Amino acid sequence: MKMTYREAIRQAMHEALAADPRVFLMGEDVGKYGGTYACSKGFLEEFGPERIRDTPLSELGFVGAGIGAALGGLRPIVEVMTVNFSLLALDQIVNTAAALRHMSGGQFSVPLVLRMATGAGRQLAAQHSHSLENWYAHIPGIKVLAPATIADARGMLGPALADPDPVVIFEHAQLYNLECELPGDWQCDIASAALRRAGTDISLITYGGSLPKALAAADQLAAESINVEVIDLRVLRPLDTATIAASLRKTHKAVVVDEGWKSGSLAAEVMARILEDCFFDLDAPVARVCSEEVPIPYAKHMEEAALPQVPKIVAAVKQVLGK
Amino acid sequence: MIEFKLPSLGADMDEGKLLEWKVGPGDTVKKGQVVAIVDTSKAAVDVEIWCDGVVQELLVQPGETVPVGTVLAILSAPGDSLPLPPPGAGGRGEGGAPPRRPITPAARRRAKELGIDLDSMPASGPGGAVTIEDVERAAAKVSLPRTAAASDKQAEMRMAIAAAMSRSKREIPHYYLSEPVAMRRATEWLAKANEGKPITSRLLMAVLQLKAVALALKQFPEMSGFYRDNAFQPAAAAHIGVAISLRQGGLIAPAIHDVGDKTLEQLMLDLTDLVKRARSGSLRSSEMSDPTITVTNLGEQGVAAVYGVIYPPQVALVGFGRIAEQPWAEHGTLTVMPVATASLAADHRVSDGHRGALFLAELRDLLQQPENL
Repeated sequence: MKMTYREAIRQAMHEALAADPRVFLMGEDVGKYGGTYACSKGFLEEFGPERIRDTPLSELGFVGAGIGAALGGLRPIVEVMTVNFSLLALDQIVNTAAALRHMSGGQFSVPLVLRMATGAGRQLAAQHSHSLENWYAHIPGIKVLAPATIADARGMLGPALADPDPVVIFEHAQLYNLECELPGDWQCDIASAALRRAGTDISLITYGGSLPKALAAADQLAAESINVEVIDLRVLRPLDTATIAASLRKTHKAVVVDEGWKSGSLAAEVMARILEDCFFDLDAPVARVCSEEVPIPYAKHMEEAALPQVPKIVAAVKQVLGK
Repeated sequence: MIEFKLPSLGADMDEGKLLEWKVGPGDTVKKGQVVAIVDTSKAAVDVEIWCDGVVQELLVQPGETVPVGTVLAILSAPGDSLPLPPPGAGGRGEGGAPPRRPITPAARRRAKELGIDLDSMPASGPGGAVTIEDVERAAAKVSLPRTAAASDKQAEMRMAIAAAMSRSKREIPHYYLSEPVAMRRATEWLAKANEGKPITSRLLMAVLQLKAVALALKQFPEMSGFYRDNAFQPAAAAHIGVAISLRQGGLIAPAIHDVGDKTLEQLMLDLTDLVKRARSGSLRSSEMSDPTITVTNLGEQGVAAVYGVIYPPQVALVGFGRIAEQPWAEHGTLTVMPVATASLAADHRVSDGHRGALFLAELRDLLQQPENL
């Protein structure tokens, strides 16, 4: 069945709400408006205001309320409009949700699912467009997911809700309109990276909104007889280093594509792990394609220039291959 | 800016293959310093730089074959203000370790597995790095029968010699002179000089002959230098090319510098070192390009005399045959004398038989006073 990424997210939440009375959805505009990205359209009518709760513009407050509900035995899905706004709730997420299990000696757990949009490409300028996945991937105590396919959008929420600890799910804003066939086996784990395209010459390692760009670059390069392998990280914390290493043992070369900025990025972490685990397999320096180190611009041509794009990925691959 | 070009390391060299850089961007170099290793058809040669400066950019990567005259590197003069080195180039301080050849970790491991030597392997990777592919390509070559590879190299050297000697006979009007030289005094003096010396530091007759040639050249500058662009350029000093036959066939005639100014003991050390390095293939570029005259000694092979072919752009070649006892008439008496025939092949564009004869006579007379050599 063909469906959009948006619809896959909606179905996943609908299934969870219908299956478990402890599950409820909370966030800005999730109720009457049906969700900023229309992922909860019709939910208010179907599940009622008790379980589909519009909140004030107060991330610190409603994320904290979600943590409290989770501690009290519910299974909240808290939606934050963008990762930029989630910074207002960092205290609750980092100092409370991520730390409580450890600080209570294992007595309390916080089974919270936090969904948020991330990324640029829609001319929403510097306060709505950043990719800060790496901020969360830095924190022990939480899991960080980045569904980049329809199947992962459909499949990741279930195991995230079943997890006893906080899980942050990043939905790249440019993926919501992505439409393709939902495979029959969309059920998935939230532990491993995925091989999206097998190849022998070089590994493109990426996640989230950059996956379609990496696959497009791989298609272009295939026309020049360059056989590219594409790895989708999927799970940004904990990183599945084994899948990366297996790929490097085959290709001996890698380019990491990450919409975050280079400095202190997830791409930097992936490169560091490659050096730790695969140094003697390397047959060229590892390269990165990241966003330019500027706040994401508003003007369309400048925004496009600031982001990883297919031609930049193609050029980086050729540079690593010495072509 | 100074352009450092691939020098001609002999008349038979049209192109060279860069094997290795000994310097990198930012390095300060001194005149005469070895900066690269270049493979000619005859040998891998250590190429020296001809001026002081600071390396700015290497334009040719190891593994590339380029014609003579190609700019290999850009240098700035020592006083010039330097552009900042590109980011990531690193700041190797003066006196720091020499630049490491980029070899990828995987290539290094593969080379170890295959037992392949990474030095001087052609590189195709980014930044001139040796990659797995380079190692495997090199391994495939090595695994060919050795004789095939060796005969390739021999064929190449044969062609290079053919080209140089054909040019010589095509362009240089040779004239030939020879003179029997009494060698009793030299032989006896040498025996005495070598008395009690360990074999390794004994002098050879070849050294006396080289020194005598150098001293004779002082009065006959038209025998030493280069003929270029329809004009003769006499050489200021006698850098004598010594013809050395190589074990695998072919020959090479690198220079001993300033032979006239060196003691016999020093010349012996130089000669031993030169022969050893010529046969192991580690000569310096100045030794290849500087000879102003060549001396060949085929006496060891047991021939009476040798009439050589001049190595262009030089203008003369001196040959020595074996030392053999001969009936010798002197002062109305017939005696038995050890004699060697000295010969001269000279360029008639530069000198005439008359001067050539006087030169050979001078050489003969010098060899009668070995104690003055």
